[in-house]
Amino acid sequence: MINDNLYKRGYIISAIVALVVFIYILRLFSMQIMEDKYKDAADSNAFLKRTLYPPRGLIYDRNGELLVYNQPAYDIMLIKREMPQDFDTIDFCSTLDITKEEFIERIHDLSQKRGYSRYTPQIFMTQLSMENIAKLQEKLYKFPGFSLQNRTLRDYTYPSACHVLGSIGEVSQSDIDADDYYKRGDYAGRDGIEYTYEKQLRGEKGVEILLRDARGRIKGRLDDGKYDIAPKAGENLTLTIDIKLQMVAETLLSGKIGSAVAIEPQTGEILALVSNPGWDPSILVGRQRSVNYAQLVKDKTKPILNRATQATYPPGSTFKTIQALVCLEEGGITPNTPFPCNGPSSQPIKCTHHHGSPVTLLNAIEQSCNPYFWQAFKSTLEKDGYGEDNQLFKQNYNQWRDDVMSFGLGQKFTDSDLFNQVGGNIPNEKFYTRYYGSKGWKALTIRSLSIGQGEILVTPLQMANFMAAIANGGYYITPHLNKSDSMLQRKHMTNVDPKYFPVVKEGMWRVFEYGTGRWHKIDSVAMGGKTGTAQNPHGKDHSLFIGFAPIDNPKIAVAVVVENAGFGATWAAPIASLMIEQYLYGEIRRKEVFKRLSTTATNPDVKE
Amino acid sequence: MSKNNRKKFALDWITIGLYTAFVIFGWINIYGASYDFDQTNILNFDHRAGKQFIWILTAYGIGGILLLIDSKFYDIFAYYIYGFIVALLILTIFIAPNIKGSHSWLVLGPISFQPAELAKSATALALAKYMGQYGYKVRSLKDLIIPGCILFLPLLCIIMQKETGSALVFFSFFLMFYREGMSGIILLLAVAAVTFFVITIKYSVTTLAIGSGSLGIIICCAILLLVILFYLYFKEHKKKETGFLALGILIVYSISVIACHWIDVNLQWVSIGIVIVSCLYLSYIALIDRKTKLVFVILFCFGSIAYCFSCNYIFEDILEPHQTTRIKVLLGIEKNLAGEGYNVNQSKIAIGSGGALGKGFLNGTQTKLKYVPEQDTDFIFCTVGEEWGFVGSAGVLLFYLYFILRLIKMAERQREAFSRIYGYCVASVFFFHLAINVGMVIGLVPIIGIPLPFFSYGGSSLWGFTILLFIFLRLDAERLEKVRQV
Repeated sequence: MINDNLYKRGYIISAIVALVVFIYILRLFSMQIMEDKYKDAADSNAFLKRTLYPPRGLIYDRNGELLVYNQPAYDIMLIKREMPQDFDTIDFCSTLDITKEEFIERIHDLSQKRGYSRYTPQIFMTQLSMENIAKLQEKLYKFPGFSLQNRTLRDYTYPSACHVLGSIGEVSQSDIDADDYYKRGDYAGRDGIEYTYEKQLRGEKGVEILLRDARGRIKGRLDDGKYDIAPKAGENLTLTIDIKLQMVAETLLSGKIGSAVAIEPQTGEILALVSNPGWDPSILVGRQRSVNYAQLVKDKTKPILNRATQATYPPGSTFKTIQALVCLEEGGITPNTPFPCNGPSSQPIKCTHHHGSPVTLLNAIEQSCNPYFWQAFKSTLEKDGYGEDNQLFKQNYNQWRDDVMSFGLGQKFTDSDLFNQVGGNIPNEKFYTRYYGSKGWKALTIRSLSIGQGEILVTPLQMANFMAAIANGGYYITPHLNKSDSMLQRKHMTNVDPKYFPVVKEGMWRVFEYGTGRWHKIDSVAMGGKTGTAQNPHGKDHSLFIGFAPIDNPKIAVAVVVENAGFGATWAAPIASLMIEQYLYGEIRRKEVFKRLSTTATNPDVKE
Repeated sequence: MSKNNRKKFALDWITIGLYTAFVIFGWINIYGASYDFDQTNILNFDHRAGKQFIWILTAYGIGGILLLIDSKFYDIFAYYIYGFIVALLILTIFIAPNIKGSHSWLVLGPISFQPAELAKSATALALAKYMGQYGYKVRSLKDLIIPGCILFLPLLCIIMQKETGSALVFFSFFLMFYREGMSGIILLLAVAAVTFFVITIKYSVTTLAIGSGSLGIIICCAILLLVILFYLYFKEHKKKETGFLALGILIVYSISVIACHWIDVNLQWVSIGIVIVSCLYLSYIALIDRKTKLVFVILFCFGSIAYCFSCNYIFEDILEPHQTTRIKVLLGIEKNLAGEGYNVNQSKIAIGSGGALGKGFLNGTQTKLKYVPEQDTDFIFCTVGEEWGFVGSAGVLLFYLYFILRLIKMAERQREAFSRIYGYCVASVFFFHLAINVGMVIGLVPIIGIPLPFFSYGGSSLWGFTILLFIFLRLDAERLEKVRQV
């Protein structure tokens, strides 16, 4: 087979070469131009993005006292791929003081987590203190794959204000899904102020991009840190809380289940917010958090519950103040309208105090006369009769309810920074109509409302707030905890004309001068208040008190509730009085009373 | 010296220019690939870039000397050179130390040297000498027996040195055989062999949606049937018979596939059966119409089926385990990115992440942080791809294409068969290296450890390629002196 045209085969060979080169160039085109995955893979190979955590914002009280600050802590991170076959587990475990079983379990656990990768740092152990970590830090070079990540933990100056401050904890998967700021293992405020002001307090995470070679060794920063982002420290927060007042209130409530709230009336700033029992906030920090939290959850006195905002009580006689104002506003009574009182034999509600008859408003408040307020309530609701189909009565009831709610009752403070509030209850028309039928209920049916009993339920915060509204003579500023956030524009007028307030305030002054609070008066300060003793289905009566001082230029409004303790005058009134003293004078002058109250327990289950 | 006596000396400066460009660009990339954070000087002789600079200078020296040697020398001494190198290869098998499992390096004091790099030039010379002798023509396969022996002797030696990659390079001379008259069918058969091998291995473990049998063999049978139909239609112009056969095949396949719903049909054996029946039909046509060429088609079909069945055996039992895994990685059967697949995966990441314009000189993170093993030698093309991007890597390929096409053109302009054959050998070797090296780096060819000429770090290989090329340059320079050989 002789082929004289063999030179033509040179072209075929050339074509083969060209074809191969063409295919390779196509392949290069698809890899380098069309695909992004290689770029991402190269970046994740080479760039180790290390998060730089900012220090969380500090928290101060209204007088600049530091309440919450940071202490250094460390997470141990593990890049599984870099852990060698001959890893010295025994040495590692003894350095960290853990068992081999725990080590194996932790390795297993972290590999089960969502988002696990052999190539990136995963959290092996969290929140170790300086002491835990010291030994490991020296020997870290012996344990390839392990590294330390700086964190900050919270620390507290005072073992106080746990419900206000709240705590921080590891973010859940739903937090991560909701806000891509968070990565697994991050911390965020779980409740209280730490939760409400999470965004300000957390600051901005920074990142440093390190170059990592094939063996996982760090070879410096990418472009000398050109792309690094420095962390931005969280903003500090100044609270409206007066920590001294807060601690005094906590001490006074020790051994009791209850709550105390103090508000500066002109500003709505919460001076103290106490729910007892509570806990020392430092026990919910770091590694012991989960154990201690579980214990708090199990405690039958429910310390987790913030009674100041989450527990509701019948306001009892303290409600008579609002009752008086609403009845005046709606024309059911005048300050001089007399009503008879037959003492303990009064019908349908008996009087629990001994005083003359008939009584007018001032005496009625001073003596907490039940029959007076029943009759006032009745004359207000029935002032237009009942009308066809009970219509006129219900109309007046709705007006009454509206007026009561204008004091901030029966609803949450939606414009407040308070965490975990409940609304309480001022029953509406529907409720009674469902219960008794459209025509089935009259003033008599709901007579308990006249003295703050029955279906009406309020939180201690709401009590302090309506106290503030009365002290202000007709308005309140939404109660809040952030001092720097001016809430003055969130001013809420009550439905009651300011002209009716002086007489009620005078009545409350008389409570301290001649009435149920006369034993707890502070010398040289004109103050007003009202005791309450609320019947309830859970046992002994709740002891309640609301008060404010000074009368003319109110600086503080207080509400105190002591659960199942008896008369308001016995427990709640002296506690409130001592709180006012502490706030106005900066010290407790009646040391004997203070000592007696703070050492007397009303509930054997409460620790401390 | 009178004008008439002066030799016509026409050195091909374009090729030398390309050579220089490759070597310098290669050097720059070696610097990039071996760049360390504490090493910044490209001329630091403790590092690879510095050493390569010495290799480049010496390579130019060697090239210069080769250009001074009269071309008659190569003609006269071709067999002696060949004999010497083969002896050296054999010696190497026994005295070379074990370096990473290979026995291919001769160590003389501080210098180590790989005789296999010289074997390409020597074999090319010997082949050129034998096939270029007066009156030699490739008329049949018989004429290729002796050239085949010349080729396989060094190849076997190098296999025994455990340098399979370098040994495979010798197969590139078949391109030269083809140019010199070997039937193109041999090349087609080689392509068919590779195709069947890949298909059989790739689909040997695939589970069929219906029926049973090896999907690889079923596909191979389908290809064979297509070959039969095409041959019958286009070569023999048997339109009626082709239609008849195609219809039959379709019917049998359809029945089998439908039957799969009720009984387990082994589609592999059905396919083989169809091929056999088709072959019987072909032999019937061959007998009736005396179409003897059809016999070759029949033989091809039977041979192919037998080959497909032996593929798994070759794959599992003849190839070394690391070769088996490399092929599995390439075919995507095995995806162990931390183990066997690591190199190719990292190499693809390096190239792919380069983008259109690359990350810039010394800015490749894959390169700088040593994610690709062997990056300054066999995987040097990664550096080009990562730091110079598509523009750089496609540019290198296009320059290489130009370089090889130029070598072919130069070979064709020779007046003597000796220098033409040698020229084709040179072009074939460079093509083979380019195709295999770049192919493996971009994940199209299994990993075969051979360097990218002029780019990869290493004195032996740079010297070897320089010698191969410059002998041809000298031969080419004197082409005008020669009398055209018929």
